[in-house]
Amino acid sequence: MSPDTVQPAPILSQPHLLGIDGLSASEVMQLLDLADSYVELNRQGEKKQSVLRGRTQINLFFEPSTRTQSSFELAGKRLGADVMNMSVKGSSVSKGETLLDTAVTLNAMHPDLLVMRHSSAGAAELLAQKVGCAVINAGDGAHEHPTQALLDALTIRRRKGNIEGLTVAISGDILHSRVARSNILLLQLLGASVRVIAPRSLLPYAIERFGVQVFSRMEDGLKDCDIVMMLRLQLERMNGAFVPSVREYYRYFGLDAAKLAHAKPDALVMHPGPMNRGVEIDSAVADGVQSVIREQVEMGVAVRMAVLDALARNLPSAPPSSPPGFHGRRDPAIGAYTQGGPEP
Amino acid sequence: MSAAIILPPAQGPYAYVNAEIVDPSAGMQGRGGILVDGGQVAACGPEVVPDGLGDIPHIDASGLILVPGLVDMRVFTGEPGAEHRETLASASEAAAAGGVTTIIVMPNTDPVIDDAALVDFILRRARDTAIVRVAPMAALTKKLAGEQMTEIGLLQEAGAVAVTDGNRCVTNARVLRRALSYARDFDMLVVQHVEERELAAGGVMNEGEVASRLGLPGIPTAAEVIMLERDLRLVELTGARYHAAQISCAASVELIAQAKARGLPVTCGVSVNHLVLNENDIGAYRTFFKLAPPLRTEADRQALVAGVAAGTIDVIVSSHDPQEPDTKRLPFSEAEFGAIGLETMLPALLGLVHDGAVPLPRLIDALSTAPARILRLGIGSLRPGAPADLALVAPHQSWRVEAETLKSKSKNSPFEHRVLEGCVVQTVVAGHLVFARSTA
Repeated sequence: MSPDTVQPAPILSQPHLLGIDGLSASEVMQLLDLADSYVELNRQGEKKQSVLRGRTQINLFFEPSTRTQSSFELAGKRLGADVMNMSVKGSSVSKGETLLDTAVTLNAMHPDLLVMRHSSAGAAELLAQKVGCAVINAGDGAHEHPTQALLDALTIRRRKGNIEGLTVAISGDILHSRVARSNILLLQLLGASVRVIAPRSLLPYAIERFGVQVFSRMEDGLKDCDIVMMLRLQLERMNGAFVPSVREYYRYFGLDAAKLAHAKPDALVMHPGPMNRGVEIDSAVADGVQSVIREQVEMGVAVRMAVLDALARNLPSAPPSSPPGFHGRRDPAIGAYTQGGPEP
Repeated sequence: MSAAIILPPAQGPYAYVNAEIVDPSAGMQGRGGILVDGGQVAACGPEVVPDGLGDIPHIDASGLILVPGLVDMRVFTGEPGAEHRETLASASEAAAAGGVTTIIVMPNTDPVIDDAALVDFILRRARDTAIVRVAPMAALTKKLAGEQMTEIGLLQEAGAVAVTDGNRCVTNARVLRRALSYARDFDMLVVQHVEERELAAGGVMNEGEVASRLGLPGIPTAAEVIMLERDLRLVELTGARYHAAQISCAASVELIAQAKARGLPVTCGVSVNHLVLNENDIGAYRTFFKLAPPLRTEADRQALVAGVAAGTIDVIVSSHDPQEPDTKRLPFSEAEFGAIGLETMLPALLGLVHDGAVPLPRLIDALSTAPARILRLGIGSLRPGAPADLALVAPHQSWRVEAETLKSKSKNSPFEHRVLEGCVVQTVVAGHLVFARSTA
């Protein structure tokens, strides 16, 4: 029996990865272990695997994202999948129509793995109800970005050996950040203590009920932290809308050496990218010895390989007559299968 | 009751006997009967018994509750302009199935009901196609733009029962002040959707922990409270009759109570959805629960229920807002607001009675007598001489809400797949049976 024909043990109990919410600590640790093995593979000369041979992976991006999309593309290709990228540019009015229209089209192509990014929270969940393959949420509005949190956790675990007991400060535009939401859930799941640092205008309502400590001064929030996770500030949120100006934001919330000095000396500096240098982070810090920002990108490919691998393990080995793992009904409105349970 | 239900005869007098009669207009609750003749109530009470009816056909309504037909003050239809969502005819079918004998339709149509000729159009279409009574509210401002008041006197003369911009709030305080002052001369009720538009802008659900976790932009309760407080000041200034169409939070209940205590001519409503659902029902982005105002917290819901029980909240509405799949099967942020509710309103609310949260007479008052009184419609009563609009209810009959069986053209019901305890078995409008359901 060749190694390819041995069915690896399942890792995830759900058919999709729509968010960190719903994962168990044990599932996350197994994903990270698997990702670790892919880090080593990616550092070899021969990187190609056949884990996803015969599988079709579609990357469906309703929002532009060079970094995440290419990371998923590379991950799929290294595992032997046929990867197709679809960048859907629609007017904001027709976005929703495009999403469900696309679901019909995609179903006809019988994909096995669907990676989706969308500007609306819950879009991945909606799509997952309408298609018959595994859906990976690559970022939905301000809701979740689970693979980003997983790659951050992998980066931290490899550097620090463990996540439990660490103090992590997430700083910046928490209000609009799916990265922050996924990271808060994941880091707490793994036993870290999480702080958020932001002006009140960039904090979600009732954020303290997420179990995080809230700070509005960098110096206080960074004190004795093990990890400093900076978030990107969207340009349209500056200049009076949420914060008075770039200059003022950088003065109080931009990470520079002086502010970083309040964290532990061996604290790691992280950023999901792309960075606004001189807005939320100083170049010297971004490129400094404590920065693991480039390493995060490397871990991103490995984590996405692990996620694709894990979800593929839940797929049936032969194309089914009805969508795999679903016990839904055909939805006459869109010709697709829906999972059981009430409407959208 | 058996599957072969006994229906009233098509012509001539008839009676229901042995029913549990609840008529808040007469302060009546008890076993009795009702005699219907010529489309009117001829007699109602414990004295209507089989022995006294002679040859008059009568229906045994043992185990059933008999109430005045419901008057729903907030119904959106698609007619004119979006008949694929709902017509006056289909809305009236849904109403009849829910025990609603009068629907008050909103002016948010295409074209907007802001002209006397359009009020006349609605009334004529309703006369020709609807099986329940239909009365329009006309626009308060032209094209619902919030800038110029409509011809309130002419609209009233044409048959409009109140003026409102429906699901839009008149944000310009000067315009609302003048409209209130003008409407007062005609004793016309002004109905307002209370929401500070800028504060609510971009929001899709209640601002709170749930919205934060779902990553959805929130609408704070302050958006409602600020507008309600402003409006109450203007009512104080003008003395006009004012009705807050739907309130959704505890703070608004408190404000209304204070205004009433000060003697202001103020009333308010709440939707069935806000009385029986809360923000947690949105679950995994279920767009049928995307409502305006949004579903609030459980504490708010409880305050609203208490407000109804105490009479601070006068009226309960379905806020029936049909939306087609194309506007609802979208990511939550992009989906339209609104849910249908005519057919499920009373059954869903009976849960509050079963739980002991709201007494049945108060519930029926809020659904029938109070809206009829506020709108001065001369219905909502079972007193002799009143139009024979009534509903017969099986209070403990369970049924499962399924989209396929709902009468409304649109199926966006937040109660889909729920089992409700209590259902309407017969609905009568002006003495005519317009709906009957087997309870076997």
